[in-house]
Amino acid sequence: MEIIGKISYMETQATQPIKSFYETPSPSRFTGIGAWLLTIDHKRIGLMYMASVMVWFVIALILGLLIRTELMATGSTIMEAETYNAIFTLHGVIMIFLFVIPAIPAIFGNFLLPIQLGTDDVFFPKLNLLSWYLYMLGGFLAILSLFADGPPDTGWTFYVPFSVSTETNVGLTVTAAFILGMSSMLTGLNFITTVHRMRMPGMKWMEIPLFTWSLYATAWVQLLATPVLSITLLLVILERIFGSGLFDPSKGGDPILYQHLFWMYSHPAVYIMILPGMGVISEIIPVFSRKSIFGYKAIVGSSMAIAVAGSLVWAHHMFTSGMSDVAVFVFSFLTFIVAIPSAIKVFSWVSTMYKGSILMTPPLFFSLCFIYLFSIGGLTGLVLGAAGTNIQVHDTHFVVAHFHFVMFGGTGFAFFAALHFWWPKIFGIMYNFKRAYVAAILTTTGFMLHYIPMFILGIMGMPRRYYDYLPEFQTGNFFAGIGAYILVAGVLVMLLNLLISFKNGETSPSDPWGGTTLEWSIPSPPPLHNFVESPKPKGYPYDFTDIVRSNSLNSNDSLNRGSKL
Amino acid sequence: MIVNQSDSNYTDDKTCDAVGSHTDNENKHYDIVGSRTGMWLFLYTEIMLFGGLFVLYAAYYRMYTADFTGAGKELDILMGSINTVMLLVSSFAVAASITAIQKKSRKVALAFLGFALFLGAMFLVNKYFEWGHKIDLGIFPNSPLMEDSSHGRVLFFSLYYTITALHAIHIIIGMTLLAVTMAFIMTDKVTEHKYVLLENAGLYWHLVDLIWIFIFPLFYLIY
Amino acid sequence: MTGNIDHIQSDAHIQSYGKLLGVLAILLFLTALTIIVSRIHFGGANIWVALIVASVKSSFVLLFFMHLKYESILIKASFLATIGFLSILIGFMFWDVAFR
Repeated sequence: MEIIGKISYMETQATQPIKSFYETPSPSRFTGIGAWLLTIDHKRIGLMYMASVMVWFVIALILGLLIRTELMATGSTIMEAETYNAIFTLHGVIMIFLFVIPAIPAIFGNFLLPIQLGTDDVFFPKLNLLSWYLYMLGGFLAILSLFADGPPDTGWTFYVPFSVSTETNVGLTVTAAFILGMSSMLTGLNFITTVHRMRMPGMKWMEIPLFTWSLYATAWVQLLATPVLSITLLLVILERIFGSGLFDPSKGGDPILYQHLFWMYSHPAVYIMILPGMGVISEIIPVFSRKSIFGYKAIVGSSMAIAVAGSLVWAHHMFTSGMSDVAVFVFSFLTFIVAIPSAIKVFSWVSTMYKGSILMTPPLFFSLCFIYLFSIGGLTGLVLGAAGTNIQVHDTHFVVAHFHFVMFGGTGFAFFAALHFWWPKIFGIMYNFKRAYVAAILTTTGFMLHYIPMFILGIMGMPRRYYDYLPEFQTGNFFAGIGAYILVAGVLVMLLNLLISFKNGETSPSDPWGGTTLEWSIPSPPPLHNFVESPKPKGYPYDFTDIVRSNSLNSNDSLNRGSKL
Repeated sequence: MIVNQSDSNYTDDKTCDAVGSHTDNENKHYDIVGSRTGMWLFLYTEIMLFGGLFVLYAAYYRMYTADFTGAGKELDILMGSINTVMLLVSSFAVAASITAIQKKSRKVALAFLGFALFLGAMFLVNKYFEWGHKIDLGIFPNSPLMEDSSHGRVLFFSLYYTITALHAIHIIIGMTLLAVTMAFIMTDKVTEHKYVLLENAGLYWHLVDLIWIFIFPLFYLIY
Repeated sequence: MTGNIDHIQSDAHIQSYGKLLGVLAILLFLTALTIIVSRIHFGGANIWVALIVASVKSSFVLLFFMHLKYESILIKASFLATIGFLSILIGFMFWDVAFR
């Protein structure tokens, strides 16, 4: 709907010399809604992802709010236990498979990766459209499972034996996850081929912007890890239909092997979720520090290192599952290794800001919140990676708090930062800064109030996924609930602010922030083929010499206008 | 490239998928290497898909070695060997069809592909009888016979059915791809100048063969 | 990037029928070998022998039938990485399975 509003907005600007991609459908024979649904333009596909991902995000956010409302008081508050089980499962499935995994690569990756590489589209544009349809089909099946035979109540991990024996409609949800996996896999395939084959002539590997680098690293993980999930989910379906017994202890099967297979994908998937977010932050921090990124090669290297090392540590989700002690020891040790490349990135971001000329804007504000929240998430991850402490807090609210700090405080905030950073590029308009700051502060405050109590509850011993709890956990859960409402209010303010910008946002110039990567050298919104003239390789992508020089001349015209709105 | 502002230029020139309805109205090249790269990447996902099952095989082989070797003897080595040979020969035929098209002899290429298709079909027929025979003997998941069997034997046959079924599905997909390619050769859409579709279909077919090369000894030959 | 659009694939490597037949002969020989060897009792080593022969066979298919020999370093390296990744998944799982 925002898209249609955008088109009418753009029509008023018909005098613009270069037509944006909104006015030039590709293929050109389609018009109206067909120009979107049958498009092979990477930018339109990115926006279709944006529209659909946002819908899922809001749905899952509301589901999460329902969970916390239920937990605000002991006993039954607003729902029954079965409903509660279904709701936390759907919250997890939707958030993971329909929001966190596709959000940054599918929206911003699709929109920006070809532009940052100086080319006009991804390598397989039709496959790209197919990925979107698979995404929609997966989402549709997930919704359908709500209405047939009861929604699944297994949690998003679909652990056997419960997922095989439960009466609820696990099969449909598992199929949905299978199809969503294919969508993600094909996007990864497309990105790898694009990076290898479609970089503009003359662009060397060490000249690729960091966001694209992070997508490239992510794409390899998507490509190689996702099929393992596909086969695992397929086996759950076979188990349910034919009783093949591969995970059934009564037939000799080993349920722990299901956990192995599941986490062989799902732990690398954590890096599918966070790596693109790290890429976003690596773009934003240097722009608003007016300073070249500190340790470009180290960040590139750490992205690839995370992709590799992240694939070796899956069993740290299983310390209490009954696997061998040797495995607990080895995987605990390996887990600590993954912390190193993540820390390299955090240090690089902070060092970039050191002695930079910081320009505070909403995207930078979200990025700073990201660094803070992600650091907490990462450090509490070490508590969980160490086998000794893990066994103390395994499957408690500590785990819930930890991965929400990484997934929401990390990827979620990076997503918000990306929205605010590239919004003027994608739509050619600037939003209101004041409301954006209010939203960011509300979201972060709510976030802290929401998840910090969960750390404490977890250490006190409150298990996750439980419908009810002991009286001593009352206070923490109550405050977490309050935090949830503040958090959701913040997100709604943020989204409304962005939507309002369609109505009365000011037109944005091609480079409102003073960015140096290629997307800032082309009009906002970009024309169909992205580049009006063939882009020229600039060598190193983060050279701010020209930006600093021109800024001292006209003192940030556009930004000052933006903040006055 | 310079973008002309007239609408007529915004046509389908962005298309460069493997199937390739390419219209070259700018100086854009149809990137054969990229198209093949995409196919290889796709093959990796297939390898990992079967890989998940081999993970299970490895673990259960370790846990139930004696049961596995015992159950392996129940499979028909002759049938398995015939199927192996048929897939290898069909793989050769597909590789030879690429040589044929490179040498501009499309009829020879079509003959090779037809032969490969025939062998693929025979493989499935063979598989059908093999499965049918086993099911007649009462060997299938959840059968009364299997309920009394040792754990390792149950798992061996569950894995056998799962892997061979998944493999048979891939044979069918591969045959479809080969058939489509043949149609494209007949209609001159695949020629000696541009045969990347044949190469990609061939790659897929070889992968199906590759996986069988591992299935065969792991199931039929463990002793 | 690739060359002129008209002769875009004409500079590709052509493998003679004879060479492909030779590869097929090797593959058939190896198939016979692996069947015969599987009848000899090596105890626990049998599965390793079978896997090694299978790997040699698949190398021939990959290098010649699939033209991997003539592909870019990207394909060669990424193929090996995929196999490496799968071996790590199987191998690391044995930290658990082998030490229960």
